[in-house]
Amino acid sequence: MPSSLVARNVFQRFGNVVALDDVSIDVAAGSATALVGESGSGKTTLLRCFNRLTEPERGEVLVGDRDVRGQDVIPLRRGIGYVQQHGGLIPHWRVLRNVALVPTLLSATDADAKAGDALELVGLPADQFGSRFPHELSGGQRQRVALARSVAAKPDVILLDEPFGALDAISRADLQTSFDQLRRQLNVTTLLVTHDLAEAARLADDVVVMRSGKIEQRGPMRRLVSAPATEYVARLIEQARASLEGLLA
Amino acid sequence: MRRAARLIVSLPAVLALVGARPKQLTGQATTNRPIVVASKPFGESYLLCEMFAQLLESRGYTVERKPGLGATEIAFRALRSGAIDVYPEYTGTGLVAVLHDSLSDSVAADARAVFSHVAREFEQRYGLRWLPPLGFQNTYAIAVTRKTADRYNLRTLSDLARESPHLTAGFTADFIGRSDGLVGLSRVYGIHPRGVRPLAPAVKYQALAAGAVDVIDGYSTDGLLAKYDLITLVDDRHFFPPYEAAALVRSDFARRQPGAIATLTLLSDKLDEMTMRRLNRRVEVDGADVKTVAADELTALGLVSAGTARYGQRETSSESAAGFASYLWGRRATLATLTVRHLELVAIALLAAVLIAIPLGLLLERGRAVAEPVIGGLGVLQTIPSIALLAFMIPLLGVGVVPALVALWLYALYPIARGTYSGVRDADPDAVAAAEALGTTPMQRLMWVRLPLAAPVIMAGVRTAAVITVGAATLAAFIGAGGLGEPIVAGLALADTRMILSGALPAALLALVVDGVLAIVERAVAPAHRRTALWRKR
Repeated sequence: MPSSLVARNVFQRFGNVVALDDVSIDVAAGSATALVGESGSGKTTLLRCFNRLTEPERGEVLVGDRDVRGQDVIPLRRGIGYVQQHGGLIPHWRVLRNVALVPTLLSATDADAKAGDALELVGLPADQFGSRFPHELSGGQRQRVALARSVAAKPDVILLDEPFGALDAISRADLQTSFDQLRRQLNVTTLLVTHDLAEAARLADDVVVMRSGKIEQRGPMRRLVSAPATEYVARLIEQARASLEGLLA
Repeated sequence: MRRAARLIVSLPAVLALVGARPKQLTGQATTNRPIVVASKPFGESYLLCEMFAQLLESRGYTVERKPGLGATEIAFRALRSGAIDVYPEYTGTGLVAVLHDSLSDSVAADARAVFSHVAREFEQRYGLRWLPPLGFQNTYAIAVTRKTADRYNLRTLSDLARESPHLTAGFTADFIGRSDGLVGLSRVYGIHPRGVRPLAPAVKYQALAAGAVDVIDGYSTDGLLAKYDLITLVDDRHFFPPYEAAALVRSDFARRQPGAIATLTLLSDKLDEMTMRRLNRRVEVDGADVKTVAADELTALGLVSAGTARYGQRETSSESAAGFASYLWGRRATLATLTVRHLELVAIALLAAVLIAIPLGLLLERGRAVAEPVIGGLGVLQTIPSIALLAFMIPLLGVGVVPALVALWLYALYPIARGTYSGVRDADPDAVAAAEALGTTPMQRLMWVRLPLAAPVIMAGVRTAAVITVGAATLAAFIGAGGLGEPIVAGLALADTRMILSGALPAALLALVVDGVLAIVERAVAPAHRRTALWRKR
């Protein structure tokens, strides 16, 4: 049974800038939510609260109904998958070792087997790719490896911070498809940060639009398009209409 | 096992030999500690040091030589600290450069009065004793070529003052800064040369002969004055105090070793100015070996019986490349010993620096607020001239290997700490961030990600430090630590280019070899993905 994600009245400041202004969201167990908005809207800060890369000044953050603050940060993070924009693979480790990182940290005896399975899931068979170094792969392949690494230990939550943002259009579409299958297959609760509305529409059940540390609107993309709650949301939808039309038809 | 057994068997014999030898011969040497005889870095001082040493040895004392230890400041401090026991000094230098005393003109002109004054003050202020003078004065000599003297009609220092705005001076750094040097000359005579170039003693005469400078400072007993047919200008206002040469010892040493003092005093009044100029000429101009010249003179004086002190061969002064090669070959055993000592100094200093600077760099990466000030402080150490740093060490650590190691170690810290700090700080930030987000501990990130990625940068720092250390270690010879600097220091003092090169070339070669070896290490510690990239050469 996957865990749900809940944030209640979260407040966080960096210097004088309010990054999160009393924000609340919840992601039902096994579902996917996308955080969208421009740079500086607070979406990455909110994402990072769930694995305590950010410690908010006020508010409650729960993973699987447990407050993250009461937990030891190291096991908490090992239980949560994480993918960032530039995969962050360890450059001097071969692909298989990179993917086996979290199982190894958890002292799994079959870490390499788990890593092999994860590589298979993202379409990079271990016997072909496992012994390569990250720099010997394409950008898309590297992100697949990062994805495999984040799910190798079968976490029930996965956090993605612009995971496909640096890829060309074709790799990006391929990877989105792979990921969508993967998360349903693994039945993992997903929180995704993206500035691409089409990506949000394709991968998430719910979309949260953020602006200046506040939530403008949240709901399924269909509802955002049909009934934008604010002028900002309406403008955002208008700009992305061309790429959204095919998806929502 | 066999070797150990043999050592044990022979040990008592060796001890008996070492312990008995001085006793048998003198009946009064009470300690096994050798008498440390030093000199300042110029030819005459070397020669006197060697004469002291051979004389003491002929009476059964064990002697350790530290020739060319350092200029007045260094030799004086070394003597006070007990690092050395005796070195030849000049009363005028003691008066002006050490005591900073100014005496009335009538006293200052009287050599005996100056000696009494200096002897009394040294005893009271520093606990040092001047032995009776050796019999000659070696005062400063301001010299010009015969051509310059004729052209400007120069005979006295007053003449020089008149013409000085047209002339360029080449003076030793020592002379430029001393109140009994250029400072006083300008005040008393009004000598203000058009330009003053600081020159090493070894190149002064060549620079004058080549016309690069018009006036130089020398010593009145310099053998080179005659070789280049130079005119010494008369000190018509008696500015320079008397510079009587004498052995300078520590008073407590004199009390503990009355026999050694009596032996050294045998040389008193035995060396007049003519003799000294002749001896200096043999060393500086004819290229004769210092040990040979010292032995010959001691024999001639009847202080050592002929044949007992026979050192070295008289050296031919062939200037050809083949001559140089055979010179090096002839000195191969010495050079090998010096190279090994040099490598020891470098290896120990470098290892100690690695052990301190790498953890320091890592620590600073954790406390970045203080990182730049601390590393900047280490950087400032780099700007201290090596010779000054070595001089600072003497009152703290004496002379020899230990202060040299400390100085070299200080020099090696900066490149390694800097390399470690920036290498670890800048190691692939994406990989580090992802590793953190996936639940690695700070130590795991350090050992798995940051250190391996920083290794080439750290190694580059170690390489830089190693090459700096090989170079700086040549200066360690100035404070008696040995190494390849020894022939450089001696060659500089004796104006012997071949001797300088016999230290400088191996040192340069050593720097290249050390750098090359560390380049291989650097390649070996490169992160795995870079290593393959290197082999494949893309």
